[in-house]
Amino acid sequence: MEGRRTVGGLLTRAVRALTFHALLLVIVVVMVTPFYWMVITALKPTSEAISYPPTFLPNDLSLGSIVEVLTRVAFPRYTLNTVIFASVAVAGEVVFASLAAYAFARLNFPGRNAIFFAYLGTLMIPFYVTMIPAFLVVKWLGLVNTFGALILPRLASAFGTFLLRQYFLTIPREIEDAAAIDGCSRVGFLFRILLPLSTPALAALSLLLFMQNWNAFLWPLLVANKDEVKVLQLALSDFRNQNYVIINLVMAGTLLSVLPILAAFFVAQKKFIEGVVMSGLKG
Amino acid sequence: MFSPTREFVGLNNYLSVLASGEFWLSMNNTLYYAVGVVGLELTAALALALLLNRPLRGLSLYRTAFFAPVVTSTVAVSIVWLWLFDPQTGLFNYILSLLGLPESGWLTDPTMAMPAIILMSTWHQAGYYMVIYLAGLQAIPREFYDAAKVDGAGRWTLFRHITWPLLTPTTLFVLIIGMIGALQAFDAFYVMTQGGPLKATQTMVFYLYQVGFKFYEIGAASAMAYLLFVVIFTLTIIQWKVVGRLVDF
Repeated sequence: MEGRRTVGGLLTRAVRALTFHALLLVIVVVMVTPFYWMVITALKPTSEAISYPPTFLPNDLSLGSIVEVLTRVAFPRYTLNTVIFASVAVAGEVVFASLAAYAFARLNFPGRNAIFFAYLGTLMIPFYVTMIPAFLVVKWLGLVNTFGALILPRLASAFGTFLLRQYFLTIPREIEDAAAIDGCSRVGFLFRILLPLSTPALAALSLLLFMQNWNAFLWPLLVANKDEVKVLQLALSDFRNQNYVIINLVMAGTLLSVLPILAAFFVAQKKFIEGVVMSGLKG
Repeated sequence: MFSPTREFVGLNNYLSVLASGEFWLSMNNTLYYAVGVVGLELTAALALALLLNRPLRGLSLYRTAFFAPVVTSTVAVSIVWLWLFDPQTGLFNYILSLLGLPESGWLTDPTMAMPAIILMSTWHQAGYYMVIYLAGLQAIPREFYDAAKVDGAGRWTLFRHITWPLLTPTTLFVLIIGMIGALQAFDAFYVMTQGGPLKATQTMVFYLYQVGFKFYEIGAASAMAYLLFVVIFTLTIIQWKVVGRLVDF
């Protein structure tokens, strides 16, 4: 404390701050290196990409492998499939979760709490326990290799319901009473007042679910292997197995698959982190 | 699996699973992975959170860099790390050779494959636990530190007697969440090793997938799913009790 006003004290503090930032920058480099290596490998021509020793700064930059992935492989198709699956599933899940959450938060009906706890209890059951019966049901319904197989099992979510219920409970009941006096129905209240008031929770939840769907792998691997419904993660894994010797091509595909989600993250970081943290569940 | 007639076999599926060496091998591998990855992730996450828990220029930049891997899919991360781990032309062996250190077979070496995947997963997930630890750290009232500093407490004493005890609920939470996640890891093992080499990375859910969807032994796979569930559930309760007892309020 006493050294703070002297020149020496200021210098010590400056050196300390610099060392601290240098340490953090080293960690940043470690964290960023895999991304960097992916990007530069994707931009190297094949001969340079597979040469040893590797070059840290490419001698030759080319978009060739990216163009090749986009044209030769059905990459745009897989991306479209993923967008369809991820967004329809998120929309459905959010709508159903809102309806259920409203019922659990505001309506009085017999057995409400028991049903809510049973609902909550399903959160304790991990995916691998339900994956075999879920697969058999999907197969029995004849839905294998359709978007239905990907989307239907996602629609009812105890997690989303729980999260929205907690949020709805923080919104004063007086608002609903006032709306009712003005002749607003329950459904009208939910969609015109409650949901708009819950935008922060809805945004964080939607982003989190979108990310989980975008990155999902095991379930699509079980039920959606045809090109018409194949999602990006699955296509990427196949693509790597077929082309692993042409590493610049593999990295170009990987880069294209992570760009949308990383871009979304950079734009809406705070919401992303909020969503991931409140989930307490890894994708 | 799809035969029209089904026979009731009682507990036979459970008994044959429990008697199989491969089941226990997979269980072992899974525990090895889970303990290793959760231990490393939490240590790294706490260290990062402690570094960032101060007024800092460029804080959001650092947080972004540390968190970016979390939003990236395990499949993509695995493919990139397969390339980094490549024994012939990969970056890691190149760096080791520059430093004059012995190179490694990484994923092709039965003793190194699991540590390699643990390393990758730590890089992938540490940012997630860091954010949770940061929230925990920010909930600790400043007055505690001020009072202890007046009493002449050093930095380590502050951590040992204030930060760490008050973070126990956070640690319990991340420990349980981390274990639950790690015990059902699948994607990285499917993409990177397919359980190899020599089944050194054959984890429970990967084995379950093989038995159910490659060998079509749906009964055995279902039995395994429930046995795994019992194990994870028991572990969770034990952690809850043990760590819960350590919390002083």
